[in-house]
Amino acid sequence: MSETDQTQFEQARRIQFTFTDEQEQFRDAVRRFMTEKSPTTAVRRLMETNEGYDLDVWQQLSNQLGLPGIHIPEQYGGAGFGMVELGIVMEEMGRALLCAPYFSTAVLAANALLNAGTEAQKASLLPNLASGARLAALAVTELGGAWDPQAIALTATPDGDGFRLDGTKSYVVDGHVADLLVVVGRTSGTTGREGLALFTVSADTAGVTRSLLPSMDPTRKLARIDFDRVQARRLGDGQDGPTAGVTALERTLDQAAIALANEMVGGAQALFDSAVDYAKLRVQFGRTIGSFQAIKHKCADMLLDMELAKSAAYYAAQAAATDDPEWPALACLAKAGASDMYLHIAIETIQIFGGIGFTWDNDTHLWFKRAKSSEVFLGEPHYHRELLLQRWGV
Amino acid sequence: MSQISEADVQAEVRTWLAANWDPELSLVAWRTKLVDSGWGMPQWPQEWHGRGLPLGLVRAVEEEFGAIGAVGVAKSGIRLLAAATLLEHGADQLKERFLRRILTGEDTWCQLFSEPGSGSDLAGATTRAELHGDYWLINGQKVWTTSAHHADYGLLLARTDWDVPKHQGLSYFVVDIKQPGVEVQPLKQMNGHASFNQVFFTDAQVAAENRIGEVGEGWKVAMTTLAHERRGADGLRSPSTRGERTGRIYVEEQTELETANQPYKWYPQRAGRVDLVLDRAKETGANTNPHARQEIAKLMILAKSAEWTSRRARAAQRQGRPQGPEGSLGKLAASLVARTAARVHTVITGAEALLTGPESPRKGTIAEILVSVPAISIAGGTDEIQRNIISERVLGLPKEPRFDTGPFREVRKN
Repeated sequence: MSETDQTQFEQARRIQFTFTDEQEQFRDAVRRFMTEKSPTTAVRRLMETNEGYDLDVWQQLSNQLGLPGIHIPEQYGGAGFGMVELGIVMEEMGRALLCAPYFSTAVLAANALLNAGTEAQKASLLPNLASGARLAALAVTELGGAWDPQAIALTATPDGDGFRLDGTKSYVVDGHVADLLVVVGRTSGTTGREGLALFTVSADTAGVTRSLLPSMDPTRKLARIDFDRVQARRLGDGQDGPTAGVTALERTLDQAAIALANEMVGGAQALFDSAVDYAKLRVQFGRTIGSFQAIKHKCADMLLDMELAKSAAYYAAQAAATDDPEWPALACLAKAGASDMYLHIAIETIQIFGGIGFTWDNDTHLWFKRAKSSEVFLGEPHYHRELLLQRWGV
Repeated sequence: MSQISEADVQAEVRTWLAANWDPELSLVAWRTKLVDSGWGMPQWPQEWHGRGLPLGLVRAVEEEFGAIGAVGVAKSGIRLLAAATLLEHGADQLKERFLRRILTGEDTWCQLFSEPGSGSDLAGATTRAELHGDYWLINGQKVWTTSAHHADYGLLLARTDWDVPKHQGLSYFVVDIKQPGVEVQPLKQMNGHASFNQVFFTDAQVAAENRIGEVGEGWKVAMTTLAHERRGADGLRSPSTRGERTGRIYVEEQTELETANQPYKWYPQRAGRVDLVLDRAKETGANTNPHARQEIAKLMILAKSAEWTSRRARAAQRQGRPQGPEGSLGKLAASLVARTAARVHTVITGAEALLTGPESPRKGTIAEILVSVPAISIAGGTDEIQRNIISERVLGLPKEPRFDTGPFREVRKN
């Protein structure tokens, strides 16, 4: 590469602090879809169902907008965009609180396949996820709920030309509706970060028992999955050494953390907008409550908190998209920041609504519960803050 | 009219610099030439020491100066706020008298706005100006005046009418600081520095022609000054790109900058010194304490997010996109970062946070952070005023009911 080429290359890698016109147009299209297909009446209807999503809407967002494959390379049936576009999708889904198996299928499972699969495995499994024809889930956490890969105990024993899985996964997002399960297991006799691998299991395989967990956030369904001598295939060729599995898993979880941070930013914006609108309408003591500094200053602080987390979520997505070496650390930064922010916005939104904000009929609790589940999902803020410092070498 | 190209401008300034730049000249002699040529402030109008160039071409001129290490016009302190205010509202004879000596650095200026009784509520000023024939008599007290102790002139906001609503009763003057009736006293701050002054006026005189703008239009003129203050960064000015070059002029410039920057020495500490945190944590071993690690991480997340937020705002501005809310949050974010940083420095430093002076951690810098940070939430618009601005201008929330709309004489005061 000539020096000029090198310079141009370096410049192209630089982080962008605004979205391109094309990205803004894409955002508009996604937002229009979400506004039309995911009003809170739909959210409320779907959250009461066991499946938790509307098959028609899923097919439309797959067929019309190609969202499940937005970040999947074209050779595997996707649209070939990257983390920034995925972030935009997540932000808009978070804003509309879309009830759909998107995070599980597109963000977690598809990225796991991309990160861990061989060429042949990716070519065989990804097109059906990219098209939305099949749903998938990534099963990482177990009964203890820890996201630290070292806590994984589910065992994988070589069996014929595949593996046999034994153990229990829990808190698996959309695990009850997935057609394909990507399961993180441990080959017998290993501990810590070594010996982990990702396995694929068709959900209807003998020995798989799935049960829906009654979740506090009914818009994000969780399942427990028991594995009893379940036949599975390992992702990858098994030749990349004892830490290949944990490397692929961590990459997947880091990408998911960035996606979730963007989702949280979108959800917070919806709550914040509703709080400010309400503050302009609600009259007490002969004036709108939005004219009291107690409320105005609260709103200003909420806006600051939200924009800060938004900047981190956008930056992390850009860093991942350009493969900036710092991006895994920034995934932790964005996730921790957005988690604290989302909950803060949710709590203060209820406070601004006052009594009515605590009622079931008011929509605030729908996002509040998503904020709460997002705080814990993929690891609590303190876990990501610790990981951030470790990754920075502190 | 054909557009002037950047290349034309660069060629022209390069030729002029080649013929005129001489580092052995005195600062004033060189700047006099510079002011005559218009290259010192090329964006200013031609009749007032400029060349009427569009703002977009100024950087090209500055680059030519930088390339050969040529010194520019004086820009330190608040002199350029004075100049901008004079250019926009001043009578020609005032521009004639003051603009040149502002740029050569011969005169130093200060800003006489804040008072003990009017901080956030700047328009509530009670320093009075009363007309006696062809001069105004000034009585009252100003505060937080940077560099008043070596200033020649001050920009003064004073009340000329007490029977109209407060914003309408103010007028704006240029006052000679070095006259009987003006007493400047340093104001020692809680961090031990004295960067500011109190200025007392006792029958000080201002010539009638030293008024800027009409009688009663002082608030409008002050808004111009404040708008320029917000646009330009206050605080430290860096010297010309001198490199290894030598010459009499650099020695004089260095002295000028040291004087001008003196009040701002502690400003980095005021902002919390996030840059020191990770090194300090390793230095003290706080990086092995789980509680400290959490607090450090929270701070770093906040500081990084604040930095990216201001970069988002700048990027949008550069691309000519409508400014989003991120553009109004910088001051409040900086305040939050600084406060959090001071707390984290305390966690990291432990018992040694009780000490001060050159023997204390980082030769007293940590101690200086701890006692300087409160200023950032007050100076240049308190956090509360920032929150009002954000909630009213960005979010469209209504103003609080006011109690100061009648004649100023009847408004409750301190």
